Amino acid sequence: MSILVLAEHHDGQLAAGTAHVVGAALAIGGDIDILVAGDDVAGVAEAAARLDGVSCVRVADAPAYAHQLAEPLAELLAQLADDYSHVLAAASTEGKNVLPRVAALKDVSQISEILSVESADTFKRPIYAGNAIATVQSSDAFKVITVRTTAFDPVADGGGATIEALDIVVSSELSRFIGEELAQNERPELGGARVVISGGRGMGNGDNFKLLDGIADKLGAAIGASRAAVDAGFVPNDMQVGQTGKIVAPDLYIAVGISGAIQHLAGMKDSKVIVAINKDDEAPIFQVADYGLVGDLFEILPELEQKL
Amino acid sequence: MKVLVAVKRVIDYNVKIRVKPDHSDVDLTNVKMAMNPFCEIAVEEAVRLKEKGVATEIVAVTVGPKAAQEQLRTALALGADRAIHVETEERVESLAVAKLLKGVVDEEQPGLVILGKQAIDTDNNQTGQMLAALANMGQGTFASEVAFGDGVEEGEVRVTREIDGGLQTVALKLPAVVTTDLRLNEPRYAKLPDIMKAKKKPLDTRTPEALGVSVASGLSLLKVETPAERKGGIKLGSVDELIDKLKNEAKVL
Ligand SMILES: Cc1cc2nc3c(=O)[nH]c(=O)nc-3n(C[C@H](O)[C@H](O)[C@H](O)COP(=O)(O)OP(=O)(O)OC[C@H]3O[C@@H](n4cnc5c(N)ncnc54)[C@H](O)[C@@H]3O)c2cc1C
Repeated sequence: MSILVLAEHHDGQLAAGTAHVVGAALAIGGDIDILVAGDDVAGVAEAAARLDGVSCVRVADAPAYAHQLAEPLAELLAQLADDYSHVLAAASTEGKNVLPRVAALKDVSQISEILSVESADTFKRPIYAGNAIATVQSSDAFKVITVRTTAFDPVADGGGATIEALDIVVSSELSRFIGEELAQNERPELGGARVVISGGRGMGNGDNFKLLDGIADKLGAAIGASRAAVDAGFVPNDMQVGQTGKIVAPDLYIAVGISGAIQHLAGMKDSKVIVAINKDDEAPIFQVADYGLVGDLFEILPELEQKL
Repeated sequence: MKVLVAVKRVIDYNVKIRVKPDHSDVDLTNVKMAMNPFCEIAVEEAVRLKEKGVATEIVAVTVGPKAAQEQLRTALALGADRAIHVETEERVESLAVAKLLKGVVDEEQPGLVILGKQAIDTDNNQTGQMLAALANMGQGTFASEVAFGDGVEEGEVRVTREIDGGLQTVALKLPAVVTTDLRLNEPRYAKLPDIMKAKKKPLDTRTPEALGVSVASGLSLLKVETPAERKGGIKLGSVDELIDKLKNEAKVL
């Protein structure tokens, strides 16, 4: 078996999720290569080559791959497919965008967001917002898989993979990059943070999210939100945790003014310890919380910040 | 421009699911079904494009069992002009759905295809991207804005996408595929007179055989289980108690 992992990177940095995807590849077993595609990505390739367990980093460095648009990237992956039995990517918005296109080009199914590897062709994955876990088996010769990064341990740094330049340049007339508005954030990334504190509709407005800042600073936490808080415009979309937002599984998750709808729980219920702060003692979030505080968040948050 | 909108019949998003005792699948008998929420957003976007004069005709399509006609009627009540039902009682995986939709795209030649980004049953998030690949179209997935005119070049659509780091905007050559995210719009409810009118709108049926598509899949579902339940914990009386528990019991501080 041989596995190709699609590296994810932003601003010349290898994304943390890639080491988790290599972890999933190790669980499948076999030779592991990484594809780094982008514009001016020598640094990313070097970082990828340091990941344990990787044999070869294949680098497609060309302006056509800037911004990771799905059309050229999927075509490139489809061209490399014959060398591999599996292709893996993180179940991030990038992996979700690109991999199904690869699967269709190769006329195979995709297995989305695997939670575990049962064998090289059998995997567990969540369905119905994580309220059921399906075990699926693939008989396709080429398997296309996205990986829930929080479900696999990352591999360490310490490897020394070879780096090989690819001269395949695929450009696509189908799409064109126009622009990007990326959140500027000094905090840890939501998907990888050890502590996450999230606010919901109960926060009342965007300004009140500042009440979470001081606590997040003290705990080194990332800040998340419910869909209701994002829809209401309190905070930007990249902060949404849930079935259709980000999946997190930190050591500590603190839900503030969040009722605990199944779609929100889908994104955080694998956290090690859950704390809920809510004024409604019947809020469903308390059914999954290890520790609950019933009360007004506007009184509890300042006290918590001060006493931490 | 003709707009094709794909809709899926799924379990209502408020329903708590049950796994069948034999673990073969989720039990859908006597469960409330509805249009997938992301598909409602897709229909709404098509209707808004028609209201703006960008779309001239809206064709709703579904792949599914006989009962899925309910969801097509809903789409018609919301503003679709006609509907196509690709009827099959079999379990159809995303790739086969994409192939069936490709068959309909070949027949209908739409300028734009809008789908939900994922269905809340399988949570696959695949069909739109697969259709785009098969039809050799560009794809604007996870859209929070779809724009025509207003500085957008002729023959293109501009799509703003919700990505992990924020927002990305791309221009796609038409015809193109768009998949909807939650914040693209807020779907309207169907009004009673429109529900009555929808009953008279044309609804055609197709079969996978007629479209020349095999719905066989390389995937088999071996087992469906309920995940380990999280046990609810305890309610504490004060912030001091919480800090103490986090430090000394859970040891996460
Ligand atoms: C297709 C689909 C996908 C979805 N995906 C997601 C998703 O990915 N993520 C997500 O989060 N949701 C998602 N949702 C939405 C979800 O169903 C809920 O609507 C949403 O999570 C509710 O957010 P909330 O808990 O902040 O708001 P609410 O349910 O309104 O809860 C607010 C809570 O704040 C508490 N509160 C209010 N004031 C105070 C106060 N002063 N002090 C303490 N507590 C207070 C209230 O008691 C209440 O429990 C999705 C829905 C659909 C249909």
